[in-house]
Amino acid sequence: MGTTTANRGHRWAVPVAVIALVAAAALGLTIGPVRIPLGGVLRELADHLPFVNLDSGLSPQQASIVWQFRAPRVVLGALVGAMLSLAGASYQGAFRNPLADPYLLGVAAGAGLGATVAIIARSGDVGTSFLTPVPIGAFVGALGAAALTGAVAGFRWRTATSRLVLSGVAVASFLTAAQTYALQQNTDVLREVYSWILGRLTTSKWSDVVIVLPYMVVSAVVLLATRRTLDVLAVGDEEAATLGIRVARARLIVVAAASLGTAAAVAVSGLIGFVGIIVPHTVRLLVGGSYRRILPLSMVLGAAFLVGTDLLARTIDQPAELPIGVITAFIGAPFFLVVLRTRSAPS
Amino acid sequence: MSILAKDVSVRFGKRTVVDHVSLAVEPGEWLAVIGPNGAGKSTLLRALAGVVPCTGRVELDGIPVDRLGARERARRLAMVAQTPVVPEGISVADYVALGRTPYNGLFGGARPGDARLVADVLSELDASHLADRAVETLSGGERQRVLIARALVQDTPVLLLDEPTSSLDVGHQQDVLELVDRLRRDRDLAVIMTIHDLTLASRYPDRLLLLVDGREAAAGAPHDVLTEAHLSRYYGAQVRVLCLEDGIAIVPRRPFPTEITA
Repeated sequence: MGTTTANRGHRWAVPVAVIALVAAAALGLTIGPVRIPLGGVLRELADHLPFVNLDSGLSPQQASIVWQFRAPRVVLGALVGAMLSLAGASYQGAFRNPLADPYLLGVAAGAGLGATVAIIARSGDVGTSFLTPVPIGAFVGALGAAALTGAVAGFRWRTATSRLVLSGVAVASFLTAAQTYALQQNTDVLREVYSWILGRLTTSKWSDVVIVLPYMVVSAVVLLATRRTLDVLAVGDEEAATLGIRVARARLIVVAAASLGTAAAVAVSGLIGFVGIIVPHTVRLLVGGSYRRILPLSMVLGAAFLVGTDLLARTIDQPAELPIGVITAFIGAPFFLVVLRTRSAPS
Repeated sequence: MSILAKDVSVRFGKRTVVDHVSLAVEPGEWLAVIGPNGAGKSTLLRALAGVVPCTGRVELDGIPVDRLGARERARRLAMVAQTPVVPEGISVADYVALGRTPYNGLFGGARPGDARLVADVLSELDASHLADRAVETLSGGERQRVLIARALVQDTPVLLLDEPTSSLDVGHQQDVLELVDRLRRDRDLAVIMTIHDLTLASRYPDRLLLLVDGREAAAGAPHDVLTEAHLSRYYGAQVRVLCLEDGIAIVPRRPFPTEITA
C-alpha cells in the first residue's frame, strides 16, 4: 500500500534505526576501561571471518578484550534487545493490549524462580559452579510458567484473552511467592539473585550466544512471518474469523513463539524490564500501527537501544557496573515521554 | 443458491437465542432480517458467518460450511459488523486491503494485484479520495462505505450487513442502501442484512424475515410482513401502516390526538 497519514515517518525510520545500531555497536566495541581504536577493532573482527587473515595491529591483550569480552557482549545485547522488543510487540498485537509485555504470561516470575533455585543449588555445591546452570534454570522456569499459564487458562483463548492474562497474573504471583520463600530459606544468595533479577550482560561469552541463538532465530522467524496476521487480529477476534483467520490457533502460534524467544533472552540476561514495551511503542509512534513495519523495526531499534544502554551501564560509574535494567528504565521512560508528546496520534 | 440455512439454532448456555430458522438467498437477491430488540437478528447473522457456533445446516454455494476451512468460507461470505473494531491509526487503503486476508494465508504476503483491486473498489464506491485518511477520522457515511469496501475486496458471493444504517442520518441511510442495491445487481451478490428502520426495510430488500424470540414469525414480501397486526403483536407497537405509491410508511399512533400548534 502507498504512504498514509499514519506512517509518514517510516521512510527515514529504518535507516536511522540501522545507523543507531551500527553506531551503538561501534561504541560498545571501542569504549571501555581500555580504549581501543575502531580501525583495529574492525580488522580484529574481520580476522575472525572464515578465509580472512588480517593483522589487526592490536596487542594480544587488546585483541582478546575485543574478541573475548566486548564482541560477545555487544552481540548478546543486540540479540536480547531485538528479541524482547519483538516479543513485546507481538504480545501487544496478539492480545490487542498496549500494556502487554514479554513477561505477561508469568515468564519473568518463572525465570526468577528457576534462576533462584539454580543459584541456591549451586551455592551448596561449589564443585559444579563452572557448569553455571543459572541460564538453564531460568529458561526452564520461563517456559514452564508460560505453559502453566496456558494450561490454567484452558487454551480457550478465542472466547477470552482476559482469561489468559488473568491466569498469567495468578501464575506469576504463585511463582513469585515460591521464589520469595526459597530466598527466605537461603538468605546467603539474596545478593546474587537480586543482581540477576535486575538484569545484566556482564558475563557474556560466545557460548551464551550459541546457546540462545537457535531459540531466538526460530522465534523471530515465526513472529516475523505472522506479522500480517497480527494486523488482521487488530480488528477483533470475530472479524478476524470472518476474514478467514483461525484466531485461537494464530494467537497460540504467536504467544508460543514469543514466549520461547523471551525465555531464551531472560536465560542469558536476567530480567531487563521496559524494553518490550518502550521500543514497540516508540516504533508505533514513528511508523504507525501496522505490524508489517512495527515488528522488523522494533528488532533493529531494540537491538540498538540495549547495546546503547549496556554501554552506559558499564561506563557511567566506572569501574563499577550499574544494572542494565535500571538504565533501560532511567533512559527509556523520559525518552518515551518525549516521543509521546511530540508525536501524538495523527489527526 | 448462494446461501442456504436450514433449522439453524444458537444456544448461549440454556438460553435459545436463535430457534430453528431457515432461509435461502439467491445470487442478486436481498433479504432483510427484522424484529424487535433482542430477537436474535445479529446472532443469526453471526451464526451464518460462522463466528458463533450453531446447530442445523448452513450451505454456501451448495457446500455445507463444516466442510469448508476458515479461509475457504471467508472467500464465499463477507460480513460488515455493526460496530467494527477499527485499529488506531490505520489508513483506509490498509484497512480495505484486510479484505484480501482469505487469499493470503497465515504466513503469506500480499498478492501483486491486491493494491490494484483495493483502488478499483474504492473508486467504484466513490471513496478514492479517502484512501490515505485514517479510518477513525471518517464521518459515519464515509466510514460505512469503507466497511463495505473491505467486504467487497473480499470478493465473495454472499454479503452480510449488520445494521448498516443504524448510526446514519436519513440521507446517508439512503446513500448506503442505494449503494448496496447497485452492488447486488452489478455483482450478483446475495445480501442479508439486519435493520431496525421498518420504512427503509419496506423499500429496499426483496424479502423480509421477521424474527421474534429467535423464531421466524413471518416471512415474505415487505407488504405481507409489515402489517399493523404483526407490528402490534410482535413489537407491541401501536402504529398505522400507510401504503403509499412507492412504499410503506409506519406512523406511530398516540393514545390521545396531539394538537398541532403553529
